[in-house]
Amino acid sequence: MRATVIGRDEVLHVARLARLALAEDEIEPMALELSAVLDHVARIGELDLDGVAPTSHVVDVTGGLRPDEPRPCLPREVALAQAPAVADDGFLVPSPQA
Amino acid sequence: MSVADALELTAAAAADAIAAGSLSADELFDAYRSRAAADRDAGEDGLNCFTWVADETPAAANAAPLGGVPLAVKDLFCTEGVPSQSGSKILEGYLPPYTASVVRRLRDAGASLLAKTNQDEFAMGSSNENSAYGVVRNPWDRERVPGGSSGGSAAAVAAGLAPWALGTDTGGSIRQPAALCGIVGMKPTYGSVSRYGMIAFASSLDQAGPLTRDVRDAALLLGHMVGHDPCDATSLSFPHAIERPSAERLDGVRLGVPDELTGEGIEAGVLDAFRAALAQAEQLGAQISEVRLPHAPHALSAYYVIAPAEASSNLARFDGVRYGLRAADPRDLLDMYTRTRHDGFGAEVKRRIMLGTYALSSGYYDAYYGRAQRVRTKIAEDFRTAFAQVDLIVTPTAPTVAFKLGEKTADPPAMYLNDFCTVPMSLAGIPAISIPCGLSAGLPVGLQIAGPAFSENRVLDAAYALEQSLGFDGSTARV
Repeated sequence: MRATVIGRDEVLHVARLARLALAEDEIEPMALELSAVLDHVARIGELDLDGVAPTSHVVDVTGGLRPDEPRPCLPREVALAQAPAVADDGFLVPSPQA
Repeated sequence: MSVADALELTAAAAADAIAAGSLSADELFDAYRSRAAADRDAGEDGLNCFTWVADETPAAANAAPLGGVPLAVKDLFCTEGVPSQSGSKILEGYLPPYTASVVRRLRDAGASLLAKTNQDEFAMGSSNENSAYGVVRNPWDRERVPGGSSGGSAAAVAAGLAPWALGTDTGGSIRQPAALCGIVGMKPTYGSVSRYGMIAFASSLDQAGPLTRDVRDAALLLGHMVGHDPCDATSLSFPHAIERPSAERLDGVRLGVPDELTGEGIEAGVLDAFRAALAQAEQLGAQISEVRLPHAPHALSAYYVIAPAEASSNLARFDGVRYGLRAADPRDLLDMYTRTRHDGFGAEVKRRIMLGTYALSSGYYDAYYGRAQRVRTKIAEDFRTAFAQVDLIVTPTAPTVAFKLGEKTADPPAMYLNDFCTVPMSLAGIPAISIPCGLSAGLPVGLQIAGPAFSENRVLDAAYALEQSLGFDGSTARV
């Protein structure tokens, strides 16, 4: 299989999807490292997997439902205690658009 | 009993001595606490095993089954009011409002929280070099890595700074550091132990398990960990009790040796120790035969799609809103998210988030994630076929002994090869233990024993018989 080449634009596109800012000097190494790892994992492309069902969980769990009964949750002040910024009994965040 | 003698005891023996009244739980706790605190205070000049050490002795629990024996817990388990940041700067200062179910279970059984242990950030790594708290050193050779991601737990137990420890294993993160540090580490059947309160890496693979000085300690700790938890929809009722292992022989036990995991890529000295352990098993009455796991060589590729994909989703929650770090002076909401994540995540975590996001993105999903999930099916089928012919499968745990600090950090694919022998069992969700089976160039070699789902008792029994017969001496690593 040919070498996977992830370019600068693709790195920036994926970083946007991942909500991850990259410094200028992180972009080129990231492109090279992603290409190297993807070359390695691309070997699964060689397998004949026609008709094979995917496995998402190895142990078959059924009947995971419980009665839907209201229960107390974390008190508001406990939930807010670890937040970087709080206002009016809620998490304070900047405006979506400056 | 003198404190020096008490520190030599396994955790099970210490619990017995406390129950018999010949050892004080408080004195034992104090002795370990001062050893752990000394290592913490030394920072990277020590082994750097710990991220937090208890500053007072908890109420004695002499009557409980675990007798108040101190327990070290990997940083990623949430512990109420005690720092829990999964080795990451992005959770700096985080004090969880609740305790992980498995830690509560062990506390209720009489385990006393001694310390939290260093780890690779979000459990991503095989060398414990990816931690916001700095690297952990291997007590056998301080210029070498302890393995990862549960490197702090493994090094602490090997060095005698904790009697036993909790770790987590996603692709080998208990078994590989146990192997590199010359101790016992076990990953149970997926679903045996509740994941509630474990800071998630890859949810379909993550499992908690014990890191201990010997096999009986592993059985004792695991026995108090398993069980259904309504807070984790993937947790199961373990179908029977975990027994105290006692087998002296392996008569009639069929051990399968997969060619795919015992040949190319495994260091010669590791293979020598592995083959010597097989000869010992044969002397104990085991029947050794070759077995095929044709898709095992593809497990690593599938794993390095599935685990980063799940991680990219799990780690989306770290956005600077509810806990942990927030970038200073954000321009707007998106700027806050992206800069917080840039500042808070380390290089390996960023790499895996990018890899996982790429593999799940439009146009690539089928080629990567979809295919990897199908490979996973084939690997599980391989094990089912193999376990129709043999009772247990044995391999080396890791392809090499502990390597030098910094040796593999610049080459991610080379680092990922550490998981070559452990990832297939993770993808299949089956139990596997690593026990020390000898030395190569003065460094420990791990033997992995895996069995079908819920065969923990059989795995532990075989491990115990081999451990007794091999007589591995780990005392040289104690500090």
